Amino acid sequence: MSDDLKRVAEERQRWQAGVEPAEAGQFQTLSGVPIDGLYTPVDVADFEYLKDLGFPGQYPFTRGVRNNMYRGRQWTMREFSGFGTARDTNGRYKFLLAHGETGLSVAFDFPTLYGRDSDEAISRGEVGKCGVAISSLADMETLFEGIPMQDVSTSMTINGPASVVWAFYIAAAEKQGVPSEKLRGTIQNDILKEYIAQKSWLFPPKPSMRIITDIMAYAAKRVPKWNTISISGYHIREAGSTAAQELAFTLKDGLTYVEAGIKAGLDVDLFAPRLSYFFNSHLDFFEEIAKFRAARRIWAREMKETFKAKKPESWLLRFHTQTAGCSLTAQQPENNIVRTAFQALAAVLGGTQSLHTNSMDETWALPTEKAVLIALRTQQLIAEETGVVNTIDPLGGSYFVEALTNEMEKQAYEYFRKIDALGGMVKAIEHGFPQREIADAAFRYQKLVEQGRRTVVGVNKHVLEGEKLEIPLLKIDHTVEEEQHRRLQELRARRDNVRVKKALADLKAACTGTDNVMYPILEAVRAYATLGEICGTMKEVFGSYEEPPMF
Amino acid sequence: MAKKLRVLVAKPGLDGHDRGAKVVARALRDAGFEVIYTGLHQTPEMISEAALQEDVDVVGLSVLSGAHMTLFPETMRLLKEKGAGDILVFGGGIIPKEDMEELYKQGCGRLFGPGTPTTEIVSYLKEKFPDRS
Repeated sequence: MSDDLKRVAEERQRWQAGVEPAEAGQFQTLSGVPIDGLYTPVDVADFEYLKDLGFPGQYPFTRGVRNNMYRGRQWTMREFSGFGTARDTNGRYKFLLAHGETGLSVAFDFPTLYGRDSDEAISRGEVGKCGVAISSLADMETLFEGIPMQDVSTSMTINGPASVVWAFYIAAAEKQGVPSEKLRGTIQNDILKEYIAQKSWLFPPKPSMRIITDIMAYAAKRVPKWNTISISGYHIREAGSTAAQELAFTLKDGLTYVEAGIKAGLDVDLFAPRLSYFFNSHLDFFEEIAKFRAARRIWAREMKETFKAKKPESWLLRFHTQTAGCSLTAQQPENNIVRTAFQALAAVLGGTQSLHTNSMDETWALPTEKAVLIALRTQQLIAEETGVVNTIDPLGGSYFVEALTNEMEKQAYEYFRKIDALGGMVKAIEHGFPQREIADAAFRYQKLVEQGRRTVVGVNKHVLEGEKLEIPLLKIDHTVEEEQHRRLQELRARRDNVRVKKALADLKAACTGTDNVMYPILEAVRAYATLGEICGTMKEVFGSYEEPPMF
Repeated sequence: MAKKLRVLVAKPGLDGHDRGAKVVARALRDAGFEVIYTGLHQTPEMISEAALQEDVDVVGLSVLSGAHMTLFPETMRLLKEKGAGDILVFGGGIIPKEDMEELYKQGCGRLFGPGTPTTEIVSYLKEKFPDRS
């Protein structure tokens, strides 16, 4: 420590002696990281600017992935939406694009997320409820009717059946005359976090990893601008994890995909630039910003030093952010607008590439047009009114933010070591390790709220007695399910069923062998085989997955 | 000593949101009840079967997918059909008020919305079964 720093340390101690001490545990982040009353250069004593921060657009990218960040281009404003039929959702997309949204993000209903057709028995009651029902190429064509697919970038939250739904998208673009080389967007396709948190898996981990490497190989050849995996911490956090757990489990998932790609014989610099991330932005403002900054630094280091990637594009961690749905309250729902605004600001100060802001009514239902418009306006306000976009990483160099960034990084590496000791991420998931860590954190948090040691405004403090819900809610009509049944029946009668049968047989053969499954999936999709038929065929070879129940 | 209350916590349908179900299951266990958790993706048929086999007093359903108007009535109907209509079905999740009222009419137990303290759920079950521990 330099003499200068020693003097600061001494002075700090002297200052501290005059401050009334806080109760133990009184000041901590939402995730339970203890926070000091003041940070000084002493807290970042080992800090080396060029090594730890560097410049935006340069290794290790702590300050951002582009050299001009928002001075060059705003983040993509992307509201996750989907409800009812493809026709209903198509209308919502056109509404959002007309009001300044710059990218689309598709929310599918539960049957679609599980690779089931709308008319299967298990889909009863769920069709079009939590998202849009897409059972075939015909539905995808309707979803994008009148939206030029060469111009829009589309993110699709789809995992288990990602290969099939992506094929729907590629084939729908073909129908519009748009070649796959021009398509831009993302499929979530992050199966590891499905086992950990989101739980919409289809097949067991091993065949799932094989499909993912097939997708990466196909994209590298045919859809070069597509992000093939959006490695997601969002759902891990929503399931109740801490910020550090979200960071650690998500990055470890990402590193596991990289290992799988390399093992499958792919050149790391060919597929790594197409991996992107998806994080949650929760309530604790500085903790979130530190998490985003730490994520970039860890990824850059691991890609460069552990995996020896040579291209800078392989080192940089690009990410989408969604504000924390689980932080919103059913009580006094208008307060959610404010919560979301703070969270969105944290995402922007953390350097996000793309952002979804939740609507105030989302603890109750899918958002109304009015609610989603306020959410979109929140982003536009941050971008165009607050001035926070004027300079890059404005909090960089703050003693507190840098110390917290280091702390996040340290906690992530502690988890990496624990996971490695269990034999890697797939093994750790099979042991239920991340699942248990998350459930423990969720329960701890709930206890704190119930003991009043964590304030949730409107729920355990500042409560309105006898509150009545005063906002309108979106209702999904049960006729959606009937309409989907009719559409599917008509489709099965209309299409060339001999071609469908042959395509499904070819797909089964590819699944049994080692050929890339994307080619036969696309052929089946073009023949209008349905999602349930295609996933059912794959399940015959790959089997299905069941989670051991634990709580 | 009074027989312990046996509760089946279940996730019907395709809904993967299991944070609430798991938190409630732990809280009920900590309150001294015997708790069985079904895990995810259960059909009403599987849930009613498990309720019988495990000889439970109560079934708690957690639904955040909007499919509650299908899944609650179907589970209650199947329990009745199997001669176990005395098992109390209650639940929680994202359930609008009108739907709650309709389900109460059909004989459903209390439905808890977001933000409910787990202690409230424990007290509800204790009141319903005063002679059990």
